[in-house]
This record gives sequence, C-alpha cells and structure tokens, in this order.
Amino acid sequence: MSALLPKPFQDWFASRGWTPRPHQAKLLDLAAKGHSALLIAPTGAGKTLAGFLPSLVELAQRGRLRPGEAWRGPHTLYISPLKALAVDIERNLSRPVAEMGLDIAIETRTGDTPAHKRQRQKLSPPDILLTTPEQLALLIAQPDAERFFAQLRHAIFDELHALVTSKRGHLLALGLARLRKLAPALRTTGLSATVADPDALRRWLASQENTGAMAELVAVDGGAKPEISVLFSDERVPWAGHSALYAVGDIYEEIKRRRTTLLFVNTRSQAELLFQALWTANDDNLPIALHHGSLDVSQRRRVEEAMQRNALRAIVATSTLDLGIDWGDVDMVIHVGAPKGASRLQQRIGRANHRMDEPSRGLLVPSNRFEVLECVAALQASGAGAQDTPPLLDGAMDVLAQHVLGVACAGPFDEDALFDEIRSAEPYVGLDRGTFADTIDFVATGGYSLRAYERYAKIRKAADGRWRIANPRVAQQYRLNVGTIIEAPMLAIRYVRRGRGAGRGGPTLGKIEEYFVESLRHGDTFLFAGRVLRFEGIRENECYVSDGSGSDVMVPAYMGGKFPLSTYLAESVRAMIADPARARGLPPQVLEWLELQGKKSVLPKRTELLVETFPNGSRHFLVAYPFEGRLAHQTLGMLLTRRLERAGAKPLGFIASDYALSVWGLEDMGEMVRRRAFSLDELFSEDMLGDDLEAWLDESWMLKRTFRNCAVIAGLIEKRYPGQEKSGRQVNVGADLIYDVLRAHEPDHFLLRATRADAAAGLLDVRRLADMLARIRGNIVHKRLGHVSPLAVPVLLDIGREPVQGGAKESLLAEAAEELLTEAASP
Amino acid sequence: MNALARTVNAEAGSASFDFVGVRVTCDHAGVLHVPAFDTLVVSDLHLEKGAAFARRNMHLPPWDTAATLARLGAAMARYNPGRVISLGDSFHDGQGAAAMPDLFRAGLAALMAGREWIWIAGNHDPRPPENLGGLSADNFSLGALTFRHEPSRRPTPGEVAGHLHPAATVILRGHPVRRACFVEDGVRLVMPAFGAFTGAADIAAPRTAPLFDWPRLNAYLLGRDRVYAMPGRLIARR
Repeated sequence: MSALLPKPFQDWFASRGWTPRPHQAKLLDLAAKGHSALLIAPTGAGKTLAGFLPSLVELAQRGRLRPGEAWRGPHTLYISPLKALAVDIERNLSRPVAEMGLDIAIETRTGDTPAHKRQRQKLSPPDILLTTPEQLALLIAQPDAERFFAQLRHAIFDELHALVTSKRGHLLALGLARLRKLAPALRTTGLSATVADPDALRRWLASQENTGAMAELVAVDGGAKPEISVLFSDERVPWAGHSALYAVGDIYEEIKRRRTTLLFVNTRSQAELLFQALWTANDDNLPIALHHGSLDVSQRRRVEEAMQRNALRAIVATSTLDLGIDWGDVDMVIHVGAPKGASRLQQRIGRANHRMDEPSRGLLVPSNRFEVLECVAALQASGAGAQDTPPLLDGAMDVLAQHVLGVACAGPFDEDALFDEIRSAEPYVGLDRGTFADTIDFVATGGYSLRAYERYAKIRKAADGRWRIANPRVAQQYRLNVGTIIEAPMLAIRYVRRGRGAGRGGPTLGKIEEYFVESLRHGDTFLFAGRVLRFEGIRENECYVSDGSGSDVMVPAYMGGKFPLSTYLAESVRAMIADPARARGLPPQVLEWLELQGKKSVLPKRTELLVETFPNGSRHFLVAYPFEGRLAHQTLGMLLTRRLERAGAKPLGFIASDYALSVWGLEDMGEMVRRRAFSLDELFSEDMLGDDLEAWLDESWMLKRTFRNCAVIAGLIEKRYPGQEKSGRQVNVGADLIYDVLRAHEPDHFLLRATRADAAAGLLDVRRLADMLARIRGNIVHKRLGHVSPLAVPVLLDIGREPVQGGAKESLLAEAAEELLTEAASP
Repeated sequence: MNALARTVNAEAGSASFDFVGVRVTCDHAGVLHVPAFDTLVVSDLHLEKGAAFARRNMHLPPWDTAATLARLGAAMARYNPGRVISLGDSFHDGQGAAAMPDLFRAGLAALMAGREWIWIAGNHDPRPPENLGGLSADNFSLGALTFRHEPSRRPTPGEVAGHLHPAATVILRGHPVRRACFVEDGVRLVMPAFGAFTGAADIAAPRTAPLFDWPRLNAYLLGRDRVYAMPGRLIARR
C-alpha cells in the first residue's frame, strides 16, 4: 500500500478488501512531487478516484480552518464537459469522503445551480468545486477572481479527449492559462479515454511557456476486450434512411434478455423514432425511457435518476449521455446507426459493465446497407484497438476574442503580459502578435477600418497603458453571452389542450428547431419527447402543441449531431467494396448487393474513385463514391455543381451522404464526357480548391452558419434566449445580413478571417477533400449506365430527405413560378 | 386580380400589375416603380442601424449604410426617377441622421441630387432627418395612391405602406422557402424592408395576417435576380 496514503485512507481501502491500484498510487506519487499528469484508462479502472485521491489526501492533511483564518478558496477544481457528470461525481465522491470521516466540502456549480447558492459559494467556497468550462470562464471574469483562486492547487479535467477537440476546449485552455497566473503552484490532472495522440493532451495540460512541455503520462491497459457484434437481422436491411426500424423486433428481444440496455443513436430525430417504435413493440410493458438534449431538463433528470436506481430496462439516448457517467448496471450497449469512428465506438460500448475485468457487451445495428459496411469496419477496427480520434486544432480566434473581454471584465490587463499568458495555452502557442493586436482591436471597437465606433468602445487603454472595460454594462453583457456552445435557433414547445390555440401557457416539453417548425402547418402532427403532438401554432418564441394521433407523423430534423465518417473507417469500407469476397463478416444480403453492383457496374478498387452516370426519370445523374464523409462531400458537391454549370450540363441540385454524392441535371453528363465536352479528370482536378473554393465559400450557407457561430462567440451579436423576443425589442440583426455587408465592404475583417479559418479546418473538411482529390488523380473510373446502379440506389433514395439550402431554394421558387404560369395559361 | 393583367418579367427581374388602376412595377431589389408619376418608392431603409447598435455596445459593421445606399443607387439607376419616396424608418434611430459619417452623407446627397425626395415619417424616425434636405411628411398622395409608413387599420384603397418588413413562406416540395416580399390585396400594397440590416417577419403571423384580404392576396417574393409571384393560397399559414 502506498506510503503516501494516510491512515484513514488505508483503513478505508482495507475495509473494502481493496488496495490502491498502481495508477492511483502513481498519481499520488506525481502529485507529491508537484507534477501534472494525464491518466489514460478504460472505464471501470477507478479513473475518477485516481484523479481526486491526491486532493483528498492533501485536504485531509490541511486540517480545519485555523482561528483567525477568515477565508479559504477552493483547493481543487474539477471541470467536466457535462453538468450531469459533475453532479454524478459529487455523489460518487461524497460517499468515500463520508465513510473516511473527512471534513472536506464538495459542491457543484453549473448553469442549474441556483443564484443564491452560487453567491454563497463565492463567499464561502467548497474545498472541491465541481464545475463546467462555462462556469470557469465566468469565475475567472469576476473582479475577485484573483482572491478566489489564490489557494487553488489542483485542476482536474475529466473526459479531456472530448473537451479538447472543440472551441470549448480552446476556451478552457485559455481559462487554464489564467488559472496558472492566479495560482502559480497549480498542478493539473487530465482524465481521458484512449486517444490516437496522447502527447497532444499532455502538452495541453502543461504550460507552454516552455514550448513542448508535457504532463507525465500514466496509462492503464484496457481491461477485458469488449465483446461487440453487428446485428444481422433476418429482416431486409433497407437501402437508405437512418431509423433502423426494420430491426426493432431484434432490438426488443435483446432488451428482454438483458438487465439494462443503453441504446445510443446519432441524432435526436433517430432517438424519437426508435423510442416510438420500441414503445409500440413493448408488449411486456418494460420500463423504457428517452433522453436527448432537446427535452426539458426536469424530464432528463427524472430519467437519469431512474437509471441510477436501476429502475429502467432500456434507455434511448443521444450523445447527452455519451460521456463517463456511471449509469447503474448497464450490461448491454446497443449502437443504432453507424458509429462513424472506431474510437467513438469503443468509448460508447465502454459504457456497459463498469468493471474492468469483465468485457463490455455491445451490439451494432446498421440502419442501411452502407452502414452495414461501416459497422463491420468499426467492429474490425475495435478488435484491432485502432484509434481515430480527431487531431487537435489551432485555437480559434473568436474564442480568443471572448476570452480577452473576459479578462478585461476581471480587471485591467497589460497587453504584453496577456499575450505571453495566452501563448502558454497549448492551442494558442502559434498565435502571432499581429493577430493578437487585431483581436484586441476587435474587442475594443469592432476592428473596422472605418473608425466609426471609437466613442462606443467596450474596452479602452487607460493612462497606465492597461486595458479596462469602458462601463459595467460590458461585463453584464459578457456574462450573458459566455461560452462557445451555439445552438440553432430553437423554439420552446408548450403543451396545451386541443383547440385552446396558441398563447395559453401550458407546460414546457422541451425545445425544437425553428427550421422544422417553419415547415409545419396548423394541425400537422410530429413526434417529440416520445409522443405524437399536434401543431397548434406559434406565439412569440413558443411553439404550441396538443395531443396528436395517427401514424403518418413527421419527425423533427435537427441540424448538427451528425459526425462525419472517420478517415480510418472510410478506408476500411473502400477496402471491403474493392473485394467483398475477402472482407470478413459481411452478411449475405450485403454480399449479394455488392456482387450485383460488380455485374451491373463495377466495384472500384481501393485507390479508385467510381463515377457513374445514368438517366433516371426526366433527369440525368452523376454519382461519385469517395467515402470521405458528409462534410467533405457537401463541399465537393458545391464545387462540382459550379463546374458542371460552366460546362453546360445544367445541374439542378446535389445531395451528399457520408459515402457518396450525387449531382442531377438536365443534360446527359455521361454523354458529355463521351464527346469530350468535359473530362472527369478536369472535373475532379485539385485546382477546384483554389479560385472555385474561394468564390463558392464566400457565398455558401455553410460559411454563413460558421460566421454566425463566430459572431456570437466573439461577442459581436448576442445569444438568443427563449422568450427574449417577448420584450418586443429587436435585439439582433440577422447574422446573414451582417455577413453579406461585411464581405462586401471589409473582406479581410477579423471575423471573416476567423470564419474562413474555422471552415477550412473543420466544418468543410477542405483538408480531407484535398487529400482525396490527390489520391484519386488519374484513378477515376467512369461507368456510363442505362439506369441506376445497385450502389446508387441508396444515394437516390436520400434525395428529398435532406433539407435543401441556398441556391437550391431559388430553383424551387423558379419551378413553382413556372407551374403557376402554366396553370394560369391553361384554359 | 386577373392573371392576364399581370406580367412577370423574369428577364427584367420585376413584376408589373395594375394596383387601384395605377400601373406599378415590383422590382426584385425591393423598390416599387410608378411610371405614371415618375416615382420610385423605397421603404424601411433603417440607415445607420449598425451605429445605433454600437451605441448599445454591439459593434455591428458600420457599413450597412454604405451597402443600403449602394443597392438603392443601383435600383435608381434602372429607373432614373424624378421623385423618390422613402416610406419611413429611413433611419434606425433619432440620432442616425445627425451622427452619420460624412462619407455616407455625401453618398446620400449624390442620390438625392436633382430629384424630388420625400421622407415619410416612421416610428423609428418620427422627426424629419437633420440637415439632409428633401421634403418631410406624415403621408403623401399621388393620384389614387396614398403613401404612409404604417398600414392603417381601415385602409382606403390605394394605400402603399411599409413598416411590416413582410416575408412569405411557401412550402415547395416539402421544403419551406422564405423570402422578403411585396404584398398586395387589391386595396393596399405593403413594401418589403430595403435596409441592409433589416430582417423580415411572416405576413401569415397572427398579428399581421388579419390586415389582408387573403383570397385576393398576391405576394411578390424577392429572388436573387427576379421576383416570384405567389397567390395567398400557397403561402403557409400559421
């Protein structure tokens, strides 16, 4: 037993017949030496306790508040990506602390914490504060932050692998840099699942004042290998779609066999559909629950509690439950739909059976034929222990702008010192002075070349050369807009009695995307929170519904929540298609499908890109199969459409999935290739990423959405809160309008640069597209067909399921106008 | 209205029809041309809206006025009108005209030069703009047409108003398509908002829907380079 463990701890371990695990001892040892550490361990390895043990030991030895010692700040800060996780940890940590009889105060502080408690926490902080990145940002922006954090010794970052890949991670990294200034003796501990590049996380945890410095690595080998299989139903696997309803019978049988089943889906609409189908199949009245981010918080809490009491047999969930929450006795994880990445799959399946020595059980349920390939690929990757977590990105500029304002809200800052501090944060190591100066200029007056707003500056340089906020309202605004999580515009859903109409109060069921509501007419029915609802109308910012019935209901489509297929899995899928006979584990249905493709068209080799052209209905199609993920395909689709338009192919639209993309138009594109009106090599040549990309990017709706997020995060426009519109004052100007004006008049503006950097790095997957175009150069196989090929069937079936955007809407209008004219002209 | 009396000229990007016996043209830029009176009508310019927000700590680009004036200039060049009527909410707030940077003031003056220019009072700018010239009025009449900012509760036929920032949503192949629009129901005509930073509100919303005679309503949706005429029955109701 570790010599560093005081008596109460030794007794506690002994009373349970436990000994500290080697990694727990190792972390104690590192902490005693003042080192930071990254702990990589599978679920069930006692990761949480390992992270907190050094703090508990130190706190146990710190003793009681001495007389005359008026105040103590928190000793340990724990940051988790999820509020629910913080609450869960509080519960799990309080038990051993109570059992050991330690006098240690542990409290959570999240967006749900009541204001009076938060106020009290500021005056009398707990020893261990469990919180979220947003709350940390708020705390360090307080004028008393320096005093509050002066005694901080230890910061624990849970689920670090999930945090670091987003802008939330960037904000958190900046927060950490600030904490290091406020508490120079600070140690960090990162808790993470297995990742592809642990060194990146180790650097993240260490101050980069010494560039390249890393936290110590403590890795625990993965316990028992998970037992995962792919469901091969006797039912017919559908060509397209994402609902997997064909397999509900099989899934239900599986639930009956297990104690508790966790069902993961990729999107909220899938969750609604699956839950509804399970409910219909539920002849045994098993307790099955639904959990996703749009549901009202009280309902979510009820489900979480029931889960903990082991009162549920199954729960259908989206990524809100994705991370390390200990949810009772889950003995089976079913992943419905493709997992999109090997690491993601392993993390999700790891939810089952939180004991390291027992294997987790998982079942993959593909929802269509392409997903069968993807699931089999993921299974093989998991067996091989392959990791495909995304690489860390450079720190975003909009996040930096938010942080700079936050720092100013806490107190005056010196530009040089802040620059050095920010560059000590791993994502901002490469920040140059020019960009930093532009950031400050943006925060101060918007950073426009027309110096029109000097009078209205948010921060000003005082006589002492330090920057400070111009008035208290700036700090108030900052607090309301802190954070990097931007949701699509949502409406609250309120439940009323049938026929009472809109605007009559009623309980809130959750929130729903404005986009979906716009397509509803009075009396339409849709699925939400597991029930059929009837649309009654909209009042202000609320969508009113009553009980609905019927089976022909709509399911709200939610933007986002769809991860692109990882490059690793894409590569495996291409290999399977190249040689299905040699690929292990494909079910007969899918083998037959691919065989038929080989006969009717061709099965492309791994390095090849298959392009098929064929007529269908009154349109001509061009379908390509790059398997590079939805985002890269969307970008490619827009660029191809532009080129085809120039070539005279009269394209009408395109659709992109994770696997393929399809362009349709009025001209026979196969025939055009034959008579050399254009060549496919030219069409797919890499130079499309030059001028075409620039030109398109600036007009694309995707870039506009990116801009909106940047503008909100950077503090140019304010977040929209439900009910805000009620006050009647128009608080915001549409981000699209701002974008258009800015692009026309100041194309090199700070926020436009931030937007383009974002888009190129992540959202549009330009890098991935570039790699693909290089790979397929000279390897394009063209098949001119008389009709749709087996591989193209799923692609065509997706048309009409996906929302249309931008230019496509204009074509719809033109089409409708033509029809009206024809109608008017006919006798 | 009789479909034959209406011509949608996709090439010119406009739609012309007789409104209370006066030929009017709805231009895709969002301006209304009345050839008989050599008049161009524009509504809800909301000039200097960016600056108005900046005064409240939101530093929206100061370029909205430049963008609005540039678009207005382009539209005016198509019709070269002798008279321009700005149908109210020309400035986003009362300080807008006085605090406008010289650069934009000069741009506006160039547009106004050699023309009769009428500022109709709006709720955002109830008082005449300072030091800009032009005539100011609460409302204004030309033949059968009456120009005012807010649509009145009981309109006299021939009312041309703004204020609503109208938009219409049509469901096409299951997809909602929403555009700013002109709305006309034989009695009144409501103009789309022209300013670069102006949003739009659905005319089918409970507050505005009762203002119109829906069976006779036509909306002229502003497309990229033309207008799309849609009858009221195609517009999504809430």
